[in-house]
Amino acid sequence: MTRPSVAGDRTSGAANPLVDYLLRIADDRLVLGHRLSEWCGHGPILEEDIALSNMALDLIGAASALLALAGTVEGKGRDADALAFFRDETAYRNALLVEQPNGDFAVTIVRQFLFDAYSVLQLDALSRCGHADLAAIAAKSLKEDKYHLRHSSDWMLKLGDGTPESHARTQRALDTLWRYTDELFVPDAVDHATAALGVSIDLDAIRAQWHQLVADVVGRATLTLPASTVRATGGRSGRHTEHLGHMLAEMQIVARSHPGATW
Amino acid sequence: MVAPAVITPDAVYEILGSVMDPEVPVISVVELGIVRQVTVDGAHVAITITPTYSGCPAMREMERDMAAALGAHGVTDVAFATVYAPAWTTDWMGPEAREKLRKFGIAPPSPAERDGLITLTRARAAVPCPYCGAKDTQLKSEFGSTACKAIHVCNSCQQPFDEFKPL
Repeated sequence: MTRPSVAGDRTSGAANPLVDYLLRIADDRLVLGHRLSEWCGHGPILEEDIALSNMALDLIGAASALLALAGTVEGKGRDADALAFFRDETAYRNALLVEQPNGDFAVTIVRQFLFDAYSVLQLDALSRCGHADLAAIAAKSLKEDKYHLRHSSDWMLKLGDGTPESHARTQRALDTLWRYTDELFVPDAVDHATAALGVSIDLDAIRAQWHQLVADVVGRATLTLPASTVRATGGRSGRHTEHLGHMLAEMQIVARSHPGATW
Repeated sequence: MVAPAVITPDAVYEILGSVMDPEVPVISVVELGIVRQVTVDGAHVAITITPTYSGCPAMREMERDMAAALGAHGVTDVAFATVYAPAWTTDWMGPEAREKLRKFGIAPPSPAERDGLITLTRARAAVPCPYCGAKDTQLKSEFGSTACKAIHVCNSCQQPFDEFKPL
């Protein structure tokens, strides 16, 4: 294996659009999985500590498989660890939604629900895409994410239709995070380029299904869909909010301090 | 020079049948369904496995345990490969494995849910208690002590128990 430079890689380095495409799917899960792992030992109740840690494992496991595939497709000798620990913030391709800090439990649940609803629809579509290895990982991960969606939608109802305090906090979280959802559904040059290779999903159709599902749960939770049209984007091209750099610093410090170490 | 004894795939399966899931030490990796293929080429054994859950931390440990068990039988040239399709399902566990789980205090998985993409509520009936057999049980959380388990409580004998959740 080629040892990556400790300075890190500032670009995704992807001449092949498929690599960028895979990194987007992988990085969403790696970053959200790491965020959830920050709850380990801090959950509001034991069952939730366990649930959030379990979901972190699922997401990081899926990320690991996807990063390994991205490394293989790229063909430069980078394995999953090299891609996870030796890429800088600007080379990360995750959506802004998943890098937002955990906040209180309501913020974590709303972030998770908005992503889970997207993820289940996205993985279902990817499981039928024209790339066999990606389709296989998507089909596997989908089964796990269906459990995640059930968990987060259940908590949306409990928190939204709970006490005045939990309702207010959940509505506030929804209002704050809503601006990061549009980015999930906007196709760009990478999507168009991979579509030419036979790897694409219908983001417009997924957006419509997602909106219907989210509106249904939000309504039943006695919450209100935000009317705001503020849209924050940039994650897919490496322009992140200030939060990702801090998260990566913590996530990558051991690997970069001791490159090549195994344990 | 003595040529190394050639082992058959069936014999490999038999050895792997003694390697237990480290988290559920009553069922073997073969009963769990993660061993998808075994091929033998001379002294070289190639084993294809598929993960239970994407992030299951026991997967690497099971690989090491399989290599060690084969090593104890003189089979040292072993390579592992991972496949993701077809995705692992609890439906691959046979009746014997399910009964072993129940006796160990883990409710065996019911058939995997295939009722559509978006299932916001658990459609299945209550899971029978593995200790007293009562059907009056309550789901506490779909996430438990390992990735593959859910937590229930029996309203009859008051015993909390794990369920190997269907996937």
